[in-house]
Amino acid sequence: MSDVLSDLPTFYAAIWQTLLIVLAALVAAGALGLGIGILLYATAPGRLLENRAVNLVTNIVVNIVRPVPFIIFIAAIAPLTVRVLGTYIGVQGAAFAISLSAAFAVSRIVEQNLVAVDPGVVEAARAMGASPARIIFTVLIPEGLGPLILGYTFIYVALVDMSAQAGAVGGGGLGDFAIQYGLNRFNYPIIYITVGVIIVIVQVGQFFGNSLARRVMRR
Amino acid sequence: MTDALVRLECVSKTYSTPVGPVTAVEDLSLDILHGEILGVIGYSGAGKSTLVRLINALELPTTGRVLVGGDELSDLPEKRRRAVRREIGMIFQQFNLFASRTVAGNVAFPLKLAGVRQPERDRRVARLLDFVGLLDRAHAYPEQLSGGQKQRVGIARALATDPKLLLADEATSALDPETTADVLALLKRVNRELGVTIVVITHELDAIRAIADRVAVMDGGRLAEVGAVYDVFARPSSPTVARFVATVLHDRPSAETVRRLRAAHPGRLITATVPARRGFTALLAGTFAKHGVGGELVYGGISDLQEKPIGALTYELTGADAAIDAALAELRAEGIGYVEEDAR
Repeated sequence: MSDVLSDLPTFYAAIWQTLLIVLAALVAAGALGLGIGILLYATAPGRLLENRAVNLVTNIVVNIVRPVPFIIFIAAIAPLTVRVLGTYIGVQGAAFAISLSAAFAVSRIVEQNLVAVDPGVVEAARAMGASPARIIFTVLIPEGLGPLILGYTFIYVALVDMSAQAGAVGGGGLGDFAIQYGLNRFNYPIIYITVGVIIVIVQVGQFFGNSLARRVMRR
Repeated sequence: MTDALVRLECVSKTYSTPVGPVTAVEDLSLDILHGEILGVIGYSGAGKSTLVRLINALELPTTGRVLVGGDELSDLPEKRRRAVRREIGMIFQQFNLFASRTVAGNVAFPLKLAGVRQPERDRRVARLLDFVGLLDRAHAYPEQLSGGQKQRVGIARALATDPKLLLADEATSALDPETTADVLALLKRVNRELGVTIVVITHELDAIRAIADRVAVMDGGRLAEVGAVYDVFARPSSPTVARFVATVLHDRPSAETVRRLRAAHPGRLITATVPARRGFTALLAGTFAKHGVGGELVYGGISDLQEKPIGALTYELTGADAAIDAALAELRAEGIGYVEEDAR
C-alpha cells in the first residue's frame, strides 16, 4: 500500500489526463461525428439532400474506419498524428486518435437516431417551406435529441475505454498509469484502484446522460 | 387568369421503383377555385396523396404543369418553391406535430420561418390558438393532447402564415366520428370566416358530405370525375364512380347480398335510385298498390347530401309479372331510375 500512496500525485495527474482526453474527444468526435452522421442521413435516397455519390463515399469511408481495432488505429494514423501535433504519444496524441476514431462511431449513432425521427415531421417542415439546413438543425436534431443524448452517453463510455487502451501506447491517463505502475511492477492493488476510478467516471457520466435525456424526453 | 387558385394541366407523376416505374398520377387536369372546399376522394392508392403533394411542390410532375397563383412550380428555383409552400398550409393524418415543441412552439414555427418577430409572433400564436379553441393548452406538449386537439394544433400551425390555400391530407382519418365532426366544422369555419380555399383528401364520404362544395373522384391515378358533390354522387358518370359511391353509401346490395336476399325473397328484386325530390317512397308505395303489386323494402339506405336525399332502395315485388312490368313502366315514366337485380 505504501507504493500506492507514494504514487498518488501521479495517480491524480492520470485521472485528470483521462478526463481531459475523454472530454476533449467527446467535444471533437461529437462535432465531427454529428457532421458525418448528418451527411449519412441527409444524402441517402429519398432524403433532404439526396446525393448517391456523396452517400456512397461517406458510407464506404465510415465502414473502412469503423472495424479497425482501436489499438491498431492509433498506430496506423500515428504518421498523421505526428504531422498534425508533432507527436503521437501523450494526452494530445491520444485525444487526437480517439477523436478521429470515435467520430466515425458517433456518425453511425447520429444517423441511426435521425432515421428514427418520424419522417412526417420532416415532411411537415418541408411543406412549411423550411430549407434543408433549417430542417436538420431546428426539426431533426431537436426531435431526436433524447436518443441522441443517450447515444452520446454510450460514446462517452466508449471513450473512457479507448483512453485506457491508448495507455498501452503511451497515451497518458489511467490506462497508462495502470500499466506502468500496476502491471509492470506487479502491483495489483494499483490496477484495481484504477479500475475502480474508471468505473466511477463511467457511472457518473452515464447517470448524467440518462437524467439529461430523461429531461429532454419528459419521461 | 380565371378564378382558379391552382391549375393542374395534364399532370402525370411517375416514380421509379425497384420493381419498375409506378404511375401515381396520370394525365390529370383540374382547377381549384378561389374560396371553395374541394374534396378529393378515392380508394387508397388512387393517387390522392401524390396529387396534394404536387400542389405544394413536395413532388414535381413528371410531365404537365402545376400553376399556383399563376406561377408554374417546375419553373421556379427551389428557393422560390419554398416561398410558395409558405403560402400553402398543410395538415396530415398523423398530425405531424413537433414532439419537442409545445403547442405554442408548433404554431410559432412557420412564423419563425416567415421571419415574424416577437412580440408580433406571440400575438399571432395566441390569436390562432384562440381561433381553434386551444389557448389554454398553449404550453402543453403534443403528447398531452387528444387526437382532435392535435389536429386543431395542426390547423392553427397550417394557418399561421395566413395561407390562401389549405391542404388536408386524410386529416380526419385517424379520428373518431365525433372528433371528426368537430375538426370538419373547424375546417368549414376556416373556409367561411377566413376565406381559405381548402383541398380535402379523404377516403371517407362523411368528410366530403359535411364540408365539400365540389368533389373530384380519383381512380388509378386518373381523375374519374369532378363536379358538385350531389351531382357526382347522385348521377355518377362512370362505372368506377358508381362503384365507389356504392361502397361509401352502402345503399346498393353487392352480388353476395343479392344472393342472400334471393334466398329469403322469392319475388323480383328491384333497386331504385332515390331522386332529389321528396315523396319518393310514397310514390313507390302508391304505384305498387295501384297495380296490385306487393312491394316489400328489403335493403337500401338514404342519406342526406347538401340538403338533398341520396341513396337507393331495394324492393321485393310480388304479383303477376305483367302487373309488375306495368308498375315499373309507370315509375320509369315518373323519372325514377331502377335496376332489376339478376333474374334467377
